[in-house]
Amino acid sequence: MFAYLVRRLFLMLVTLFGISVVIFFLLRIVPGNIVDILFAAAGYVDAADKANLEKELGIDRPLIVQYWHWISGFLRGDFGFSYVSEKPALQEILPRIPITAKLAGLALLFSASIGIPLGVISAVKQGTKLDYALRVVSLSGLSLPSFWLGLLILTASVAMFGQMPIFNPNPKTWLEAFATYAVPAAAVGFRSAALTMRITRSSMLEVLRQDYIRTARAKGASEAAVNYQHALKNAILPVITVIGIEAAFLIGGLIVTETVFNIPGVARFLVEAIRWRDYPIVQNLVMFIAVVVVFANFTVDMLYAVFDPRIRYTD
Amino acid sequence: MRSVWALAAMAALSVLTASTATLAGEPKQGGTLRMYHRDSPANASILEGATYSINIPFMGVFNNLLIYDQHIAQNSPDTLRPDLAESWSWSSDNKKLTFKLRQGVKWHDGKPFTSADVKCSFDLLMGKSQQKLRQNPRKAWYSEVNEITTNGEFEVTFDLKRPQPSLLAMLASGYTPVYPCHVSPADMRTHPIGTGPFKFVEFKANESIKLTRNPDYWKKGLPYLDGIEYTIITNRSTAILAFVAGKFDMTFPTHITIPLLKDIKSQAPNATCVVEPTNVSTNIIVNSTSAPFDNIDIRRAMALALDRKAFVDILFEGQGDIGGTMLPPPQGLWGMPKDRLETIPGYGRDINANREEARKLMQKAGYGPDKRLAVKVSTRNIAEYRDPAVILIDQLKSIYIDGELDVVETANWFPKVARKDYMLGLNLTGNAVDDPDQSFYENYACGSERNYTNYCNKEIEKLFDVQSQETDIAKRRPLVWDIDKKLQEDVARPIIFHARAGTCWHPHVKGVTIMSNSSYNGFRYEDVWLDK
Repeated sequence: MFAYLVRRLFLMLVTLFGISVVIFFLLRIVPGNIVDILFAAAGYVDAADKANLEKELGIDRPLIVQYWHWISGFLRGDFGFSYVSEKPALQEILPRIPITAKLAGLALLFSASIGIPLGVISAVKQGTKLDYALRVVSLSGLSLPSFWLGLLILTASVAMFGQMPIFNPNPKTWLEAFATYAVPAAAVGFRSAALTMRITRSSMLEVLRQDYIRTARAKGASEAAVNYQHALKNAILPVITVIGIEAAFLIGGLIVTETVFNIPGVARFLVEAIRWRDYPIVQNLVMFIAVVVVFANFTVDMLYAVFDPRIRYTD
Repeated sequence: MRSVWALAAMAALSVLTASTATLAGEPKQGGTLRMYHRDSPANASILEGATYSINIPFMGVFNNLLIYDQHIAQNSPDTLRPDLAESWSWSSDNKKLTFKLRQGVKWHDGKPFTSADVKCSFDLLMGKSQQKLRQNPRKAWYSEVNEITTNGEFEVTFDLKRPQPSLLAMLASGYTPVYPCHVSPADMRTHPIGTGPFKFVEFKANESIKLTRNPDYWKKGLPYLDGIEYTIITNRSTAILAFVAGKFDMTFPTHITIPLLKDIKSQAPNATCVVEPTNVSTNIIVNSTSAPFDNIDIRRAMALALDRKAFVDILFEGQGDIGGTMLPPPQGLWGMPKDRLETIPGYGRDINANREEARKLMQKAGYGPDKRLAVKVSTRNIAEYRDPAVILIDQLKSIYIDGELDVVETANWFPKVARKDYMLGLNLTGNAVDDPDQSFYENYACGSERNYTNYCNKEIEKLFDVQSQETDIAKRRPLVWDIDKKLQEDVARPIIFHARAGTCWHPHVKGVTIMSNSSYNGFRYEDVWLDK
């Protein structure tokens, strides 16, 4: 087990190094830099001013020097300064992480708490009207883009209640804070819930046809015990895998949802930083996301062993 | 009998006046004006910016030497008001402009304001100081200023190379606040210090900008508001819904397109909405340095093919303006009258006749139905640029030109234009002040950084100088018209239309005036108040 963990950790470091190289050079391949954008916004280009600014920001240096400067700083915990706000990158990124983390956490919770039970019900009631209705709901979840759903929710709220659930930075009560995140989390989690439901359903259907399920029923176990203790426990593995992958993909959905609901999280911030070619913000933020995803994958792998005793990570 | 009617009329008038006064009410102190902001500005330094995304939130932090009256929609020489300068005077040869400065004014950090601050600010703008602005987009405005001298702590003189009455217009722009000497340009980008009615509190990128009331403002009793909060919402639909739901008191100024205005009026019927010209022209930049547009006939044919009314009808439901370089009247001070405008090729009402003439020019240049000219129409990847570019491509088809839309990301737009890596470009030009000097020298003078097409006509440039020195507006106006007409005839940068846009606010917001010939000068908000 120990050797396996060391091997995995080494692979994770190699992956993160690879990601750092890809992030850094991809950003430089994208045409234009912060200086081009600043001058584009000003509607003129002064060659001397431009050169001075590039020198001041250090983006006139050879790429390899710039990479070393960034990655060595990153390893030391020095994340540099945002080119746009001129504030330390960490100071810009850190306050936004909890906002996105809460939103992502709630979205995943929504996805699992809605998707898994409905998937089980749909499988158990296969071929019934309820099953068809749930499958329509899941299909619509997969088909509706989250930005459209978000806008629809906002428009409906204004039209029906004269209120709008956009971000409130200073909620007065716990309930208000929950409400601030719940609606956007539902908007972004709906697609994920639909996917979870479909995976749960198909996985359950496969398990429900197994011999040991028939045996359990023959032994007189209740339907609930058969479905939830015997079937779901074995059907859950692919669902965990999907939720793990969804956690990584969620950032894409959050970019749109944070924009539509005006939530000042890291996802929207990342898009703005890319638009401005704010290298210190983009590089550090993407590295942070990469670290989270790599560790999330690692955690999911470890969870397999918890849910399936047949899986053992040996040397 | 007549006296009875007169008495009745007087009585009715008094009732109307009294009710109007009651309705308008006395300004109330307090409350925070909540507004959304359309995007996250790069920084908070007005002097380094060239977008009203910076002017609007930060104009209230500062004062100028003089300012346009914030409650008269049309900026003009008659609406210039003293600000940090109590008065100003020209020397007899009109080459020295002296300002008497207000005493007892303090910066937000408590330090006193003096003439040294004025000198510092303009030396910074002219590139003469030790400290440098990171970007200085309006350095050219002060090209006729030799130097600025102080005479004691409360008098300052601008020494000019030649008379330039327009200098006052540029000094009154929202783009020309006075900066403190003791704060570096870098600090002004992140934490601006001014003398204005509102103090800077915080600017969280992509989140919000907060200003609070300056209790020591030199105009006693002002501002009325306790503060202004701008929530940055880049998604226009979300922002407008939030306004309709009452989350904001006011929309971001001139951010509402004409079609969207209808939605707002239907969902928030009590809201006050005004539509005004933005003094932003949509125009075509032509690369006349290489084929095929090095041929003046093809350039003229292109100008003749434009159906400007169609652009205005499609994009603005008829609520746009057709004019030359200068914003057309009645909102524009210097634009050509309609009858004069229609004498310019391509501006005539008979579009079919114009296009027939254009086709003849194209045939003369060797093109026709069997040999069509293929061109790329480059533009920025922003709706305000893309949409008219598509209409332009459609209109050019009628004169044997097949256009292909080439959408360019903002970061690459100016480098591409500077490289002359385009054939035709669709461009937007915003004018900070409704003034010929600002427009002509910035966009058409030989060697100007914003003269993207490198149009250079020394004869016209002499005329720029002649009109620039004319102090009598009545005499200056025809000179400006002649220049504008010549620029259009030269196809220097064909102007398609001048845009209009809407601004809305809820009924409890009082004292807002949207400027009708500039988008950059009317956001001091010191006497805006909330009737709540």
